[in-house]
Amino acid sequence: MITQHQIRRRMAATTPLLLSLLILAFVVAAVTLGDRATARMASETLIRVTLVVGFWIFAGNSGVISFGHAAFACVGAYVSAWTTLNPMMKGTLLPGLPAALAELHWPVLPAAITGGLVAAALALVSGAAILRLSGIAASIASFAFLAMINTIWANWTPVTGGTSSVVGLARYITPWVALGWAVSAIVIASVYAASASGLALRATREDEVAAAASGIDQYRHRLLAYTVSAFFCGVGGALMGHFIGVINPDGFYLDLTFLMLAMLVVGGIGSLSGAVVGVLAVSLAVEALVRLEKGITLGATTFALPPGSQEILIAIAMILVLVFRPTGLMAGREIMLPARWVVGRGTSQDRPETDRR
Amino acid sequence: MSIQLLFDALALGGIYAIAALGIALIFGVMKLVNFAHGQFIACAVFALIIPSTDAVAVMGLGRLPALILIPAVLAVGALLALAAEALVFRPLRNASPVALMVGSFALGVALQNLLLVLYGGRPKAVSLWADLGAPIALGPAQVPLLQLIVIVAVGAILLALALMLKHTRIGLEMRAAAEDFGMARLLGVRANRVISGAFALSGALAAVVALVLVAQTGVADVRMGGQIMLVAFIATVVGGMGSLAGAVAAGLALGAASALLQAGLPPEARPFRDAFLYALVIFVLLFRPQGLFASAGAKPRV
Repeated sequence: MITQHQIRRRMAATTPLLLSLLILAFVVAAVTLGDRATARMASETLIRVTLVVGFWIFAGNSGVISFGHAAFACVGAYVSAWTTLNPMMKGTLLPGLPAALAELHWPVLPAAITGGLVAAALALVSGAAILRLSGIAASIASFAFLAMINTIWANWTPVTGGTSSVVGLARYITPWVALGWAVSAIVIASVYAASASGLALRATREDEVAAAASGIDQYRHRLLAYTVSAFFCGVGGALMGHFIGVINPDGFYLDLTFLMLAMLVVGGIGSLSGAVVGVLAVSLAVEALVRLEKGITLGATTFALPPGSQEILIAIAMILVLVFRPTGLMAGREIMLPARWVVGRGTSQDRPETDRR
Repeated sequence: MSIQLLFDALALGGIYAIAALGIALIFGVMKLVNFAHGQFIACAVFALIIPSTDAVAVMGLGRLPALILIPAVLAVGALLALAAEALVFRPLRNASPVALMVGSFALGVALQNLLLVLYGGRPKAVSLWADLGAPIALGPAQVPLLQLIVIVAVGAILLALALMLKHTRIGLEMRAAAEDFGMARLLGVRANRVISGAFALSGALAAVVALVLVAQTGVADVRMGGQIMLVAFIATVVGGMGSLAGAVAAGLALGAASALLQAGLPPEARPFRDAFLYALVIFVLLFRPQGLFASAGAKPRV
């Protein structure tokens, strides 16, 4: 006899599968139907899936908004640059790099993983301080952390190149590479969300006091989620760097923070599916607006939005979502197969209610 | 040297305190951490010049004599904050503090990009009251006149606000609302009036910061409010969220710490001053996570 609980576990397990299929379909459609520009857009979108799903692991499960995750992307991108760039180039661009780092000439995959690990280590240290604060105060402290990393990166010129960009990163990102990382982020995120720690963390999100009374150590679970989350943001940052080929501290500052936050809010912060759907929706909207800013010709007249209107419109959309649909497009639901599909044939069961988490 | 340092610390701390007060006032009445405050400051700065994307700034409001200019800029700040409240935060009145914070962040981005569209991205030179930069001798130290004016003005503003909060009806209502908003409403405090009042005050305080910034730096830049806003946030956290006196005290302390770091750090470490400041703050919070002057209302109740 199969229990309700087992049915739910099985249904929840279909979520990463379905989300992976969704982004796979997105890539296949973009690669086969579109031109090179569309394929680039697909890679960029999937890198954002990695970043935002990483961000969601912490923000979605804990209910605490962090403004610091762009800093982890920054660290990941620079670690990947430090380890993969040609040693000759590093000698001229970044004369202050320690000798051991300056000699490295790693392949890209270990570099991306190392970028993630360094970001995670930084999260473990900074989170140990920041996450002791209560929700809103922690958000503000994470904002201070972002500004701190940005100040250091913009001024530590011999090692980071300062505000002038680091160039020449190997541009190896194809839609398939980005897909691989996005799928792994989704799988890890759903494994974490279904784990004991993920459940405990969501309990603290719903009611801090009741969770503490049930013996949940909020700080420990937040720190774990923060660290895992920083890993994928670090990897996402490394991917972004290698996607554009040029990195700069300001590329990982408020604009990126805003974009990640907008995607999460539009999709719905309450569920993993919300994070993924939000990235797809906002990315498509951004793409459309960028094309409009370039101008479209209708007969004899060219219609173009002034530059900068893209951010304004996204920000307005975000406020409208907050006012009229505060739970986002997905309203906290997960995309999953219905109960009767996951239960074996012949066992009749009442369908459990939709899992709202 | 030491007197000069004292004046530096007071002037910088005073500005931080005014900015922190602008944030703490709104947080007090509606638990909103206003991430658009920095853009309120930037908007008040740009209100001085005529919108154009040219490199040279043409003064609009900024040409008026100070006696009209100052109230006009304060009014711009207050009206902007009132408009933001009516359009964005009133519909979000019952939303969670997190949603409010995210909404204000979005508003800030929208305002910043609006400025970019109207004025272009390059910083512009603006000369407002340039002769205030002249140093005057004060004992052994040379202190810019502007610094003295800032210190006196900040003192006057803080005193006026303290009197208003203590002795007027709206001040009493604001303090009551900050203590327990629901209870205050039950006792006849009108929510819209108090919240609008807090926003108007906060916007006017943002305009004060804007005027000082322009007079000090002589530059109008779209991003100029960001750093001050961040320090002000930190001041509200260090001061204990929701405590007005705490925010002011922490703002002054941060200004002093900042001036000391500027003077005490070796020259090659000076660009990292703010990084040291933020690290110092995170360190302080490790020992007092609830802030230095935590108010009773800041703790979640069961």
